Amino acid sequence: MTEKDYLKDISEIKNIMNRSTRFLSLSGISGILAGVYALIGGAIAYKLLTDYGRLERGETYESSILNLELMLILIAGTVATLSVVTAYVLTKRKAVQNNEKMWAPASRQLLVSFIIPLATGGIFALLLIYRGDYALIAPTMLIFYGLALFNASKFTLSTVKYLGLLEVVLGLVSMLFLGNGLFFWMLGFGVLHIIYGALIYIKLDKKR
Amino acid sequence: MHSIIKNINKIFDHRVRLGIMSALMVNDFVDFNTLKELLEVTDGNLASHLKALEKVAYITVTKEFIGRKPNTKYSTTAIGAEAFKKHIAALEKIIRMQQ
Repeated sequence: MTEKDYLKDISEIKNIMNRSTRFLSLSGISGILAGVYALIGGAIAYKLLTDYGRLERGETYESSILNLELMLILIAGTVATLSVVTAYVLTKRKAVQNNEKMWAPASRQLLVSFIIPLATGGIFALLLIYRGDYALIAPTMLIFYGLALFNASKFTLSTVKYLGLLEVVLGLVSMLFLGNGLFFWMLGFGVLHIIYGALIYIKLDKKR
Repeated sequence: MHSIIKNINKIFDHRVRLGIMSALMVNDFVDFNTLKELLEVTDGNLASHLKALEKVAYITVTKEFIGRKPNTKYSTTAIGAEAFKKHIAALEKIIRMQQ
């Protein structure tokens, strides 16, 4: 064997170790779009919150606070659903291009390691709404989402862990500025997604 | 140089066996079909290389049923993992020496 063969062996070993443990067909565009949905959702929420802030205390106030809660949950739910559907469609397309299977051991591990911290955070956030601790919702969502990303990064592009860490840091910082949750929420779920999605798009998608 | 060459394991001197070991090293176990897709080889080809690795006790085989479908899973043995690590170390050493 020549030197070239040995080098080829090593790169083949690395390649297979990566492909057998990591799902790498993440789509950059879906990240950008998720960020855009979050910004639009955040803007609508902001409008609702300022309108509600102008209401006088009284009967309409009591009933509209319940409506507001439902509306905000609905907006967050819509943003999340749209993001997941977009990510699924675009990732599937990319997986087909890359000749990578959508449903493989690596993608299953990715999903499980992502969903468990995320679902915990989601339920925790709903319980906060139930208890009326609204100010803590945005930090909670950011922190749990960041931990979910960090946890899942073992099974996909390793740079996802930096996005996760940034979300966690943002969530912790937002604890110091309670009452500005929406701003941090839009920064974390909107701006960071757009930046990270664009980086992936430039680095990985465009090359193909 | 001679002692390093000694650590180059002849059993791993094939793309498919190298691939099988690489996949098994980083997973608790991998089933037959996943290996097949990962390495892009035919059933027969993969089976014969798995047999060869099994014969030297570098990997173990577990057969089970998912519903009615048989599912064969493979994992490395301690000996196999040790041998593969030595092999990689030897490869790296040779590459470094030649540079």
